This record gives sequence, C-alpha cells and structure tokens, in this order.
Amino acid sequence: MNRAAGLQSEQQQLPAHKWLRTQKSLPHLWCPGCGLGTTLNAMTRVLDKLAYQRNELVLVSGIGCTGRMPVYMDCNTLHTTHGRALTFATGVKLAKPKLKVLVVVGDGDALAIGGNHFIHAARRNIDLTVVVINNFIYGMTGGQNSPTTPQGKIATTARAGNMEQPFDVCHLSMAAGASFVARTTVFHIQQVEKLMREAMLHTGFSVLEVISNCHTNYGRLNGVRGPLPMLHYMKDQSVRIKPGENPFQELPEDKSYLIGQLKQDTEKPEFCQRYFSEVVAPAMAAEKKRGHEED
Amino acid sequence: MHKQNGKPRLLSGNEAIAEGALAAGANFFAGYPITPSTEIAECMSVELPKRGGAFIQMEDEIAGLGAVIGASLTGAKAFTATSGPGFSLMQEHVGYAAMAEVPCVIINVMRGGPSTGLPTKSSQADIMQAKYGSHGDYPTVVLMPNSVQEAFELTVRAFNIAEKLRVPVIVLADEIVGHMREKVVLPDPESLEVIDRAEPTIPPEWFVPYPNTATGISAMAAFGGPYRYHVTGLAHDTYGFPTSRPEEVDALMTKFKNKEIKNIKELTAVEQYAMKDAEICILAVGSVSRAARRAVKILRANNMKVGMLRPRIIWPFPKIAVEEMLDQVNRVLVPEMNVGQIRKEVERLATSSSGKVHGLNVLNSVMISAEQIMERVLQISISTLTQK
Repeated sequence: MNRAAGLQSEQQQLPAHKWLRTQKSLPHLWCPGCGLGTTLNAMTRVLDKLAYQRNELVLVSGIGCTGRMPVYMDCNTLHTTHGRALTFATGVKLAKPKLKVLVVVGDGDALAIGGNHFIHAARRNIDLTVVVINNFIYGMTGGQNSPTTPQGKIATTARAGNMEQPFDVCHLSMAAGASFVARTTVFHIQQVEKLMREAMLHTGFSVLEVISNCHTNYGRLNGVRGPLPMLHYMKDQSVRIKPGENPFQELPEDKSYLIGQLKQDTEKPEFCQRYFSEVVAPAMAAEKKRGHEED
Repeated sequence: MHKQNGKPRLLSGNEAIAEGALAAGANFFAGYPITPSTEIAECMSVELPKRGGAFIQMEDEIAGLGAVIGASLTGAKAFTATSGPGFSLMQEHVGYAAMAEVPCVIINVMRGGPSTGLPTKSSQADIMQAKYGSHGDYPTVVLMPNSVQEAFELTVRAFNIAEKLRVPVIVLADEIVGHMREKVVLPDPESLEVIDRAEPTIPPEWFVPYPNTATGISAMAAFGGPYRYHVTGLAHDTYGFPTSRPEEVDALMTKFKNKEIKNIKELTAVEQYAMKDAEICILAVGSVSRAARRAVKILRANNMKVGMLRPRIIWPFPKIAVEEMLDQVNRVLVPEMNVGQIRKEVERLATSSSGKVHGLNVLNSVMISAEQIMERVLQISISTLTQK
C-alpha cells in the first residue's frame, strides 16, 4: 500500500469524517474562531467513542447560529422553530424512545422564547441531552442582548448597557428538575468532550452549558478584538467545582464560571420509562384481559 | 379500534372525532386543554395507552403541535385538538409542518372569537384563518363536518389526506357539532379505507428526501429507519438542505402548489341537496347546514325551488361546484356564523352576477335557525320578481 493511500485511509478514520455530511452542506457558515466549530468537533468525537449508530441519533436544534449545527452532522437532523426545539424533541423521544435525542440550542433560543419549554422538559425529566451554547448574545441577528447577557454589557438593543439581570443556565436547570447539569467553556475542549459524553450517557434530562465566544458581535460591541481575548477570559474566569461542593456557591470576585459536573441524580425517574411502564403497560394488560373476557 | 358490530351509540361530535382518529390509526396525541375541544384530549389520554400509543399534555399549544410534528417524523400518526386561541398559537408550526412536509392533523373546534371570546359558544369564524393563518404561502386542507357521523368520517379522511399529501390537515368543527349528541353506527375497522404514508424503497445512499414530483407527492422516511436526512423550516433543496437559489425555491413552491392542484379531485367533497332544478341556492357548512337543510325541505314543500350546496372540504375552495351553481341559480344565500368569510369567496367567483350573492351573518353565537334562513330566502327572492 503506497503512502498516499495509507494516509487517506488514516484520514477516513477521523470521527469528523465519519460523522459530518460530506455532501453539499459544508463548509459551515460560522465565523472563523467561533466556539460552535469547536463544539461540533467535540460532538463528532463524543459520538464516535459512544459508538452510536447514525440512524439511531436525532440531532435537534432551534434558530440562531447554534441552530445551524445539525445540517453538518450525518444523522437524523431536525432544525425546528425558534425556542421550540425541546417540544419537537419531546415528540420524537416519546414516539420512539429507542432513539437517542441530542438537542443543541443557543442561550436566547433556550431561555428567552424557549424558556417555558425548557423548564417543563426539565420538570418532566425526559431523556434528552440538551447542549446550551451560551455566547451571551443573539449573534445571528447582529448582537441583541439575551437573557444571559451580563449587566452593563453593550448590545444593539441595549446601547447604554444591558440593565436586565441575567439567568444562570445551570441554576435554572437544577431548579426546574434537570437530573444532570454541567457547565464548561469552549476553551476547556477536553472537558467539553468529557461532560458531553456524561450528559449523553445519563438517562434523564441532561443540560450541558457550553460557554462560547461571539467575537463578531458581542465582542465587537464590547471592545474585544477577536476570539483569543475571549478564550483567555474563559480560561482565567473559570473555576472547577470540587466533588461535594455546592453548585449554587457564590464565586469570588475574579471568577465568573463554575465549571464541571454540577448535578447528577441517577435515582430520579425518567418520563418515557415511567409513562410506558406505569400508564401504557397496565392499560394494554387491562385491554387484553377485557378482550379475553368478551370472547 | 374496537369492533362496533353495527351497534348504535350515542356520541358527541368530539367523541366521534376521537373515534375517527383511532380508526385511522392515530397513535400519538400532544395537546393542551381548551374549551370546547378538551374532551378529545381526555379521550386520547385514556384510549391511546390501551393501544400502546402515547399521549402527552404539553405546556401550551405551540408545544403541542411541536411534539406532534416530532412524533410524526418518527413515523407516528400524530394529531392535536384545540380551539381558536390555541389555533392562533399553533400557526407557526402549521407553516413548519407544511414546509417540512410532515403529515399531521389539527382539530379546531371553533368557538366565539376574537381573543378569549366566547369559550362555551359556537361560531364559524376561523374559516379564513384555517387557510391563511400562518405566514407565507403553504398547502393545507380543511374539512368541515356537520354531524356526529361526519365528524368521525371526515377525521378518518383528514388522516388519509395528511398521510398521502404530507400536509397539515385541519378538521374545522364548530362548537355545536363538537358538543351535539347523535345516534351513530360507526363502521368496523376492516370496512374503512385507511391510508398510510408511502415509505421509500430506494437504497439509502441514493435517497432524496424531498424530490420534486409532478403530483407534489413523495415518500417519507421515518427517523430511526434505514434512512436519515435533514429536516428544516428553511426553504430547502431536494436534499432538505437550506437554499435561497431562486430556481430551487421556485421548485419547492411549485411542489406545494401541485399538492393542491394536481390532487384536486380527492380534495373536493360537496353535498348537493335538492339542487337539480334549484333557482335559489343556500350555501352552508357545519351546524348551520343542518338548519339550512330543514329550510330547504319546508320551502320545497311550499313549491319554492331551493336547494343546498354544502362543502364538506372547504379548502381548497370548491371552485368548480360553486361556479356551476352560480351559473344555474338566480340567488345564493350564504348563512354563516361569522362576518361573511364564505360569502366573500362566493362573491369573488360571481363576477358577472352582481346582486346574486347574499349573506345571513350571525356573530352573537346563537345558532342560525331554519326560520331565519327561510325568512332571508323569501327576502332575497322577492328581488328576483322585480329584477331581470
């Protein structure tokens, strides 16, 4: 086998090659340096190691830059309406529970227009893995503030600085009933992979907040030139949670992000399992019995 | 569905709709309670688990239709039921289902509007919304039952149309039909025609999810099966990938138009009652048509040549049947419990016959009576004596 062919077959083995659509949809539309590229990359590696079948995975998204991710993945992909990805995902999972459903949404999509669906899906603890890619802004529409934009930051609809208090994605998830909650940043690339894998393996509503950079809009409006300063910020401002520590703890002045696995509850019953075992199975058994009695 | 064995049952329209859905093979319901459609959801919560199906009460109507679309993409026959305010909320997803070609059925039991309106009272005021409710140009089919028996039949038909054409289909009942109780004999499942969506048979490597076909009809793959593809609400090419190329968008829009145009025969269902030699036509739908039928009987007994034309499928609008009727008669009366939504469609077709089309519009939820219709028919027929 000549060297070129050997290299080629080596390249075929990369997770990206196995999991990305080769036809028409690439190259992606994201800005150079965007954390979405990093997350997509991590996703291909996670899915490859989990050895999922491409036909058994459904990747669901909402609207926005994050919403554009599924088209690049070679599996069942579902690009839905703004804020409603979790409603479609719920239908998919409940109608065919054997499918693995991965949802990828932005901060605005998930917590503004999608806020209600977010807390109810968490309340149900339905087995979905939700990756919330939080870049603290509405990137695709040019840089309006989102429910996670920090106070004082400039946005195109908050030119004097955002006056609203932001949500904490993880606090909200935990309060609403999610049974797996974790946070990381696109700087911590290996942690993105590790936590994404844990989130997918967890049965129940799993939320992984991935802090990302929108240097094109958010950064530009706030005097940041390019992705590197934003990645440095993620590195400097992150503190890893230690086992047993309070996930709601207040962080010191010089830290913004508590990263790592914040919650895992393996005891909490999952929605589909409960529905099919507690509602459907007894109803079907009673019907069968009634049918026999009528005969 | 259970064997009926020719047993007569006393059912409400809503119950008959639920039975129709089950008879058509519905195995997924997601919705939200709203008067006067809640009975359908309640029935589904009990009946679907018995059959191994799934019911979920979502947090709002937007979520209800979203979950229905998600379920349908896995191959389920999914539907939801609502009324005016919920139907308004669902409009974005109606457009999504049309754009992504996902079969689904939406039951709208009409109540008084606008807004919260009259939750427990009837109207026929969502007819235009059923066709034009979502933004953009999209295909949809709307059926209007006028009896409990028909509520069953047209619901089965709605599922069949949805499965065949891959469009969102709306069953538009008014509250009176939803809540009326009548004796019905439901057919046994074997005697019903039930259509399931065509599945692709081509090797997965060659699969094209959204081909441009002459009839607008194409096979649908289920998530989790041998095929995988991209589904989006963006304008897309034949692979489902987003596009804004004019020629590809044109092809997509043409496919949507073809679903209606090229299948128009199956999407036409009109009842003609005493129309053969009619000089006056009463065009009515839903509960109002029950009163109209009685009015026709009485007027005929008094030697007036009156007939009734009743669209059972209101959208696509039965243009041919209505145009033929307009050529035949001197006067048309359109009694409806709205401000004139159907009348406007008829007037639009009556280009050369100004003064021919009249309305009887009731907006206060009180069911139009046969007496009211007869009085109006007499009024408008007087003018035929003085006009040429």
